[in-house]
Amino acid sequence: MSGAPTVRIQREDFDVAAEIARLTEGRADIGAVVSFSGLCRDEQGQLSALELEHYPGMAEAEIGRIAAEAIARWPLQGLTVIHRHGKITPGENIVLVVAASAHRHAAFEAANFLMDFLKSRAPFWKKVHRADGTDGGWVEAKEIDDKAAGRWKKAARKRT
Amino acid sequence: MTKLIYFAWVRERIGKPEEDVELPTGIETVADLLRWLKSRGEEYEHALQYPDVIRVAINQEHVEHREKISGAREIALFPPMTGG
Repeated sequence: MSGAPTVRIQREDFDVAAEIARLTEGRADIGAVVSFSGLCRDEQGQLSALELEHYPGMAEAEIGRIAAEAIARWPLQGLTVIHRHGKITPGENIVLVVAASAHRHAAFEAANFLMDFLKSRAPFWKKVHRADGTDGGWVEAKEIDDKAAGRWKKAARKRT
Repeated sequence: MTKLIYFAWVRERIGKPEEDVELPTGIETVADLLRWLKSRGEEYEHALQYPDVIRVAINQEHVEHREKISGAREIALFPPMTGG
C-alpha cells in the first residue's frame, strides 16, 4: 500500500459513507471496499451509555502497529481505522474499519484481522452506565476475543 | 523516576491515574514491579490481587511480565482491554 493508513482516535462521531469516499475518491484501481462499524448495543433497555476510557498516545500507536501488520499481510490500497472514546449511547457508532483492495478477499480478511486485534490489543476499556442510574462496572474481556486474535497466528504459521 | 499510569479498574482501585515512583534496587522485571507495588498498601493490594490478569505496557507498547523494565520512562498497568 502506498501511503500510511488513516488512524484516528476521537470523541466525535464519524460518517461511514464519507470515510469510504475518502479512500476511493479519484481512484480507479480499487475493486473492493469492506467496512465494519461497531455500534453501542443495548440489552433489554438496561444500558444508558458506555463510557470508553483509552490510553492516549498508546491507542494511536497500537492501532498503527496493527494496521501496519495488516498492510504487510494483505495487498491493500487503503485502510482507515477510527475508534471513539468518551460516553457513547446505544445506537451510536464506536469503531470503524475500512479496508480497500483490488479484490474482495484481502479487504474482507484485513478488516476481520483489524477488528480481532483491536478487541484484544487496543488500549480501550468500556464502563457500563445503567439505565436506572447505577454504575454497571467495567465490561469484562471475553476469552473468545483473545482466541479470535490467536487464530491469525495459526494462519500465519500454516502458510510458512 | 519512573512514571506509572493506571487505567480502568486498576486506576479506580489504586485511587489515582498516575504517579512518579523511585523504584527500589532489585526491581528488574514487570513481575518484580507488580510484587513491589502490591506491598505498598491496601489499595494496591486490592488492585493487584491477581497479578496474572494485569496487562502492562512499557513506553506505550505491550510487554510480558517477564520483560525487563530498565530504561522504562512510562509503565502502564491496566485490565484486559475491551475496545472495538
